[in-house]
Amino acid sequence: MTEGPTFRDELVAAGILVPTASDGIYGRSSVYEDIVAGIERVVNATAASDGTVSYRFPPVMPRSVLEQSGYLSSFPDMIGTVSTFSGDNADHKRLMEAARSGGEWTSFLQASEVSLCPAVCHPLYPTLGGTLPEGGRRYDVSGWCFRNEPSLDPARMQSFRQHDLVYVGDAERARDNRDRWLQLGAEILESLGLAVEIVVANDPFFGRVGRMLAESQRSETLKFEIVTPMHSAEHQTAIASANCHLDHFGEPFGIVTAEGEVAHSCCFGFGLDRITLALLRTHGLHPGTWPATTRDRLWS
Amino acid sequence: MDERIRTILREYGQLPLEVDKIGDDDDLYQAGMTSHASVNVMLALEDEFDIEFPEAMLAKGTFESVAAIRTALGELIGA
Repeated sequence: MTEGPTFRDELVAAGILVPTASDGIYGRSSVYEDIVAGIERVVNATAASDGTVSYRFPPVMPRSVLEQSGYLSSFPDMIGTVSTFSGDNADHKRLMEAARSGGEWTSFLQASEVSLCPAVCHPLYPTLGGTLPEGGRRYDVSGWCFRNEPSLDPARMQSFRQHDLVYVGDAERARDNRDRWLQLGAEILESLGLAVEIVVANDPFFGRVGRMLAESQRSETLKFEIVTPMHSAEHQTAIASANCHLDHFGEPFGIVTAEGEVAHSCCFGFGLDRITLALLRTHGLHPGTWPATTRDRLWS
Repeated sequence: MDERIRTILREYGQLPLEVDKIGDDDDLYQAGMTSHASVNVMLALEDEFDIEFPEAMLAKGTFESVAAIRTALGELIGA
């Protein structure tokens, strides 16, 4: 018995995703991008009605943010840094020779001050150092993230987009905003015709250190995910998450509330690529045939 | 052993109060130790006592108080 085409095969055959030589790096068709734009419109409207300050950061950020945010200790296997060439003519010659002979030409590069952005809200926190206004502040950020996890599963891309709603302020409001956005996010995703469920998150923290962090995350119920059956009902896929950071960002980045306390923060992240894939999986590869309610919500 | 534990807590626990004012059974997490700080405490204890905590002990409870840490180390060092 041969297995039928996978979801990835179907997306590629329909020209919706264009595979490249690297697993998890795709080109996207206009069909796909129209869906992303529709989701962005819904999220932007939600953010605007919530009085957020809106920023867009590029997909790269200062490398120091990886250290200060703790991402380097929690997920060293996921990061990517940018390497550049700063050699002389002789080095250039050796680099080209190595490339010609199929050798490791990257050994002629040095790590620059820049890394790829692992989560779309991370470049925001270093810019918030100082005292917040009374009651804290809400932000929305959207853009590209990179995680080093090459896979043939289209829901596990190496380069993907997130749209995050962020609150920075006092501890109580941070938790309240997380809870409120979690409910609101689930309602938005349901309104698109997706079957969703809220579960406690289980991040893949690295190694022995990660085992302790994962246990803390679960026992303190800091982070929740909204999951939907993408591949099977048993193994649901997270398409959004709501995370209470406590003072994890406030402390290293020197963010202080109007009352003089170290700021707490939370964020709600919409996984734009995963939501797009979930919609294509649920409603089919031809958005023209999708339910009117979904189409109206995204595009009217 | 207690003084070596307290020295590590002073250096890596990022506690907002003086370690000397913490009782043996006081909850370190309630005292303000974060989960990231407890990971650094765990790594420093391994270096200081030349041990490795087995996976089953890599849990919050193992590091929740000076007394809990002492018990865990006792099991590993066999003191």
